[in-house]
Amino acid sequence: MPSPTRVIHKRIYEVAPRDLERAGTVSTAVRRELLALGMTPDIVRRASIICFEGEMNMVLYSEGGRIILLVRDDRVELLFSDRGPGIADIDLASQPGYSTAPDWARELGFGAGFGINNMEQNSDLFKIRSRVGEGTVVRATILLGIPFF
Amino acid sequence: MELRKVIAEIGITTLVGADLAREVRGGYCSDLLSDVLAHAQAGDLWITHQRHLNVIAVAKLRDVAGVVFPRGLRPSADVAARAQAEGVNLLIAEGTAFEVAGKLYRFLHP
Repeated sequence: MPSPTRVIHKRIYEVAPRDLERAGTVSTAVRRELLALGMTPDIVRRASIICFEGEMNMVLYSEGGRIILLVRDDRVELLFSDRGPGIADIDLASQPGYSTAPDWARELGFGAGFGINNMEQNSDLFKIRSRVGEGTVVRATILLGIPFF
Repeated sequence: MELRKVIAEIGITTLVGADLAREVRGGYCSDLLSDVLAHAQAGDLWITHQRHLNVIAVAKLRDVAGVVFPRGLRPSADVAARAQAEGVNLLIAEGTAFEVAGKLYRFLHP
């Protein structure tokens, strides 16, 4: 096992279900925190996009949960954990364009089916664990100081 | 190209002018938020029909130069207030998204 790196910064945010008015506040806060820590614009942008997509998924589909921002010496981690329906087929849900969003959400420009793909595309390490009827946990990691293509 | 020059040249009006000195490098047209997050570039003018609060969050996170609402569409006062607070430029065009994009493209790529 590699030795764990030092935690520089930790924040926990609660996410309320179906509260589209407040949706986006966690990602905006995370963006601000990372800028204050002196992260590069590229890291801030990637983390913000990951966070926004994860936050929107929790607002639209879950019964609520929390987002944890963990900044270590060598990485930025975002952990999303919700109570809710879970994801039966994670591979299917991760396919670009696949969506179970209701019409009202699509009309507002959500639920186009690119959320999980966007999270994965902006992460260096990405893992979803889910149990149907219980909830979903997503861990997205951005490694600092390595090239990102 | 400086945003204030783009505004004057392509005939759009300013609803929230948080930073009109912002450099415009291009444009992006989409009403799908994830699509904008994936494909718009920092410094783009984002042309969209969506007018809710999350548009401001997406504009901020993606660092676009501003948001243009076509066909004279206006967001509500709370959306404009959020844009002002977050420092996001909001612009209104009388023409369609097609017309705005065409004028912007012609001006940026003469």
